[in-house]
Amino acid sequence: MKKLVESIGRRTSHSIEELGYVSVLLVDTLVWLVLGKSRQQPVRTAHIFHEALHIGVYAVPIVVVLCLSVGMMLAMQGLETLKPYGAQSQVVVGIALSVTREFAALIVGILVAGRSGSAIAARIGTMKESQEIDALRVIGITPVRYLVAPLLVAMMLMVPSLTILGDLAGLLGGAIYTAYELNMSIATYFDRSFAVLDMYDIFQGLIKSLVFAVIIVLVGVSNGFQVQGGAEGVGRATTRSVVLSISLIVVADMIFTFFLTR
Amino acid sequence: MKNSTMQTATVSEDVIQVENLVTYYGERKILDDINFSVRKGEIMVIMGGSGSGKSTLLRYLLGLNMPTSGSIRLLGKDITRMNAREMHDMRKNMGVAFQGGALFGSMTVGENVQLPLCEHTRLDKNTMRIMSRMKLEVVNLAGFEDLMPSELSGGMIKRAALARAVVMDPRLLFFDEPSAGLDPVASAELDELILRLRAAMNMTIVVVTHELESAFKIADRITVLDNGEILLCGTVEEVRNSTNERIQNLLNRRPRDETLDVDEYLKRLTGRDI
Repeated sequence: MKKLVESIGRRTSHSIEELGYVSVLLVDTLVWLVLGKSRQQPVRTAHIFHEALHIGVYAVPIVVVLCLSVGMMLAMQGLETLKPYGAQSQVVVGIALSVTREFAALIVGILVAGRSGSAIAARIGTMKESQEIDALRVIGITPVRYLVAPLLVAMMLMVPSLTILGDLAGLLGGAIYTAYELNMSIATYFDRSFAVLDMYDIFQGLIKSLVFAVIIVLVGVSNGFQVQGGAEGVGRATTRSVVLSISLIVVADMIFTFFLTR
Repeated sequence: MKNSTMQTATVSEDVIQVENLVTYYGERKILDDINFSVRKGEIMVIMGGSGSGKSTLLRYLLGLNMPTSGSIRLLGKDITRMNAREMHDMRKNMGVAFQGGALFGSMTVGENVQLPLCEHTRLDKNTMRIMSRMKLEVVNLAGFEDLMPSELSGGMIKRAALARAVVMDPRLLFFDEPSAGLDPVASAELDELILRLRAAMNMTIVVVTHELESAFKIADRITVLDNGEILLCGTVEEVRNSTNERIQNLLNRRPRDETLDVDEYLKRLTGRDI
């Protein structure tokens, strides 16, 4: 019993410590983004573009495939569910709202967490183990400014951009299946979808995607910086980073959905 | 070679002064009351066995960790009391070559060498490229600037790291285990390179190593560290002729003679008082 209490205490203390570390990391990153230039250590645009290329552009094909599939899947389930009520044409409304408010942002968040979040943790962890982080510091380069700030900006640009792409791909997936099943043209499907949607629906997805972007960067970076124990430690940090960021994304999604639908 | 370089070095002013340095790792004391100084233009070798605290001491000299107590003065300024901006300025005077090179794997050798110039100067790209080539030439790596670090051998990585460390012409150069993992020829070449660099650039060099041959070849003075405390700080001859048993153990590669108390041993195994 005593050991259980001790273990809970240790874990709680560690979690609070980690939360503090991540908060300081976020503040530090924002400070460098704002004050970097005046400190003669600006966050370089080339680094942001480089990161954006890896996080966003290279993820376009997989985002399109996944969101297209989710759109089709929603159409299949929607048509099947609404069939007994003779309300199959209402599937357009269901797909439009669920894709833009929920699924595109969630799918993109989980995908980027798995793809780029793990890469961030592995890269920073490997750099720490091979003393590259120390090398940056002794050269006079603040690792947060050089490594984290470009990542945060790139992630906050690319995750919402991918979410918009995911919205379109999801709607297209729904359109392809629904048009085939209900003998409706794809143009008509999109006309009906856009008639249903307003800016607030798109905005809900985008707000969530920005929160997911911050979660992915902070979890990946903090796990990378805390790597210990060589290659095995890097592997552990990478796994932990993916599991933790996906869990946080799903929980944050639920919380935001609750508040945004009030 | 060493004697001639010694004559060119200006030996007077202390550019590194460590006073009463005490550091802990958690509850464990790592460095205990460390005091030594390094003169301008001198090559100081910090020597000791594994776990003696020499690499930890280097981290404190580089300002990567802050000590529990004591002071570290580099070029007359106490780095334990510096703010971030002062430390940033100080780093322009420091070059460091890490044990494994610590070259950035995502950059070419040339880009690695140019990085300090990119960050600290406003030189145009062409000038930076020329300067990096000059430094690569000094370390016999001319023509390798477009290769990635993964395409270099261990010795070449160390020389590339040295080129990056000296690209800003620092006044202080720190070198962690230059001979580690190298064959005797590559190791000897690196020792020659360190001596040549000192002669050419008149920089103060601190080398952390456990390689006796290398230490005796390049050092003007040696600080011998054991169990986190300094056993001796003196010239090569003073270290060679020392009668201290722990120094002689280190020089003659003799294992430590530790008497083991049976009760203590059993307590260590079982975790209980016997």
